[in-house]
Amino acid sequence: MKFIEINNCYKIYKNGQTAIADLNLEIKKGEFVFVIGATASGKSTLIKMLYREEKPTKGEVIVGGINVAKLRNSKVYKLRRRIGVVFQDFKLLPKLTVYENVAFGLESLGLKNEEIKPKVLKALEKVGLKEKFRSFPNQLSGGEQQRVCIARAIVNEPKLLICDEPTGNLDPDTSKEIMKVIDSINKDGTTVVMATHDKDIVNRMKKRVIAIENGVKISDSLKGSYKVHESN
Amino acid sequence: MKAIRILRRNISSAFKSVVRNFSLSIASIACTAITLILVALAVVLTINVNNFTSELESELTIVTYFKENTSEEDINATIEKIKALDGYESHEFKSKDDWKAEMQAISSELDTALSYIENPLLDSVVVKVSDATKLSATAKQIQKLDYIEDAKYGEGMVDEVITIFRVVQNAMVVIVVALILVTAFLISNTIKLTIFSRRNEIEIMRLVGTSNTVIRLPFIFEGFILGVLGSIIPIIITVYGYILLFDHFDGHLFTNIITLVNPANVVISVSIVILVLGSIVGMFGSYRAVRKYLKI
Repeated sequence: MKFIEINNCYKIYKNGQTAIADLNLEIKKGEFVFVIGATASGKSTLIKMLYREEKPTKGEVIVGGINVAKLRNSKVYKLRRRIGVVFQDFKLLPKLTVYENVAFGLESLGLKNEEIKPKVLKALEKVGLKEKFRSFPNQLSGGEQQRVCIARAIVNEPKLLICDEPTGNLDPDTSKEIMKVIDSINKDGTTVVMATHDKDIVNRMKKRVIAIENGVKISDSLKGSYKVHESN
Repeated sequence: MKAIRILRRNISSAFKSVVRNFSLSIASIACTAITLILVALAVVLTINVNNFTSELESELTIVTYFKENTSEEDINATIEKIKALDGYESHEFKSKDDWKAEMQAISSELDTALSYIENPLLDSVVVKVSDATKLSATAKQIQKLDYIEDAKYGEGMVDEVITIFRVVQNAMVVIVVALILVTAFLISNTIKLTIFSRRNEIEIMRLVGTSNTVIRLPFIFEGFILGVLGSIIPIIITVYGYILLFDHFDGHLFTNIITLVNPANVVISVSIVILVLGSIVGMFGSYRAVRKYLKI
């Protein structure tokens, strides 16, 4: 079953730069997909289009049945409620505790405190941070902060988890831990799309790899690795 | 229930934001307070000028003198003609003997002088007009009637005073509107800085699928809180300041002619105006900033 469908998609920025050119892509429900490519290759633009931070200039981007290109600004929240996003720079709120950071989104959605608590604790347990729910972000290591970010992304049980270079700021050992967490979320049935240029991770995980260069898809291999991309 | 929960969280978030950005909030509240003090002053002044103008206008009269030796019937007939005039409101007859008695009462010298000669004064009627603008026209019409020696209303000076007050009133309106715009601009700028300092929060809210209305609400509340807090000091100053002023000058300013409006009538209306203005301007300012800088 298709979850993401991209047809003849172009993204041309106002300065004339083409970030994505004639992209066609299908991602099934429950898949784990790496999007790789050098800096400014267009992979971040692709990731941003999935959660409608960017709009395609031409073509279709359909995520979970919603056509992103036709989605009005005021309706974007409907798409975002189905998606969790993890960033390279965590984007945690420094003045809130771990618990509050994870609960923040649910609070702004208007959930009751009794509904929020079990969801937050479940998400923190999933990322292995249940014990540290009272800590503030500056009391945590980089890996722990990224796990809080993941907990925040999955707390509302999204169908799709988008990770934009989640291990970019972490050392190899911590990166492994984070990947274990993301992998287990995928095994629970969540579709994962992850942009990265961490070769070790891509080679080790043996998942589907989509390589992008200058905005064009140059390879798409199941159980692929960085080597496939490089040999192309 | 969900809406109430979101509302409650937004209000508490707005209060937190005011406290968290304390120095910024204080600066904004102070600016709002100063502006609203000026607005309060302008409003108090306007109320008093209006009061003084209408009081002065109601006091404006045309003193009409009859020619010497005009008979009582002729006087009465002329008064009837005056009554029929367009601007007529009321009149009071004052005979030459009334004038004499009034003058004799002023000083003993006048009393002595007037008691030795035949009364040199003229019978008169004091006419009040319904509207100050009809003063000059009505005086001219009276002047044209028979048996009238003269009809005076202090021509040039009165016209000038009325014009000056009209100008002052219009200037006040312009000043108050300008000050309100300045206040809205100040609050808008504060909210802009709040939005900037909370951009991560806003970004996360957007990413987890919070609707735009819910994202906007706390900022609108924050503007409202800043506006209300900014109007408290001006209200206190207006209430106590005006009561003190009124008591100190015993209800009159400089001369007995300028009567101050009773504080009970001024302070409540001015306080309500300031509070409503502060909160509306606060919300308007923040709404403007949210629209301009939130881009959602």
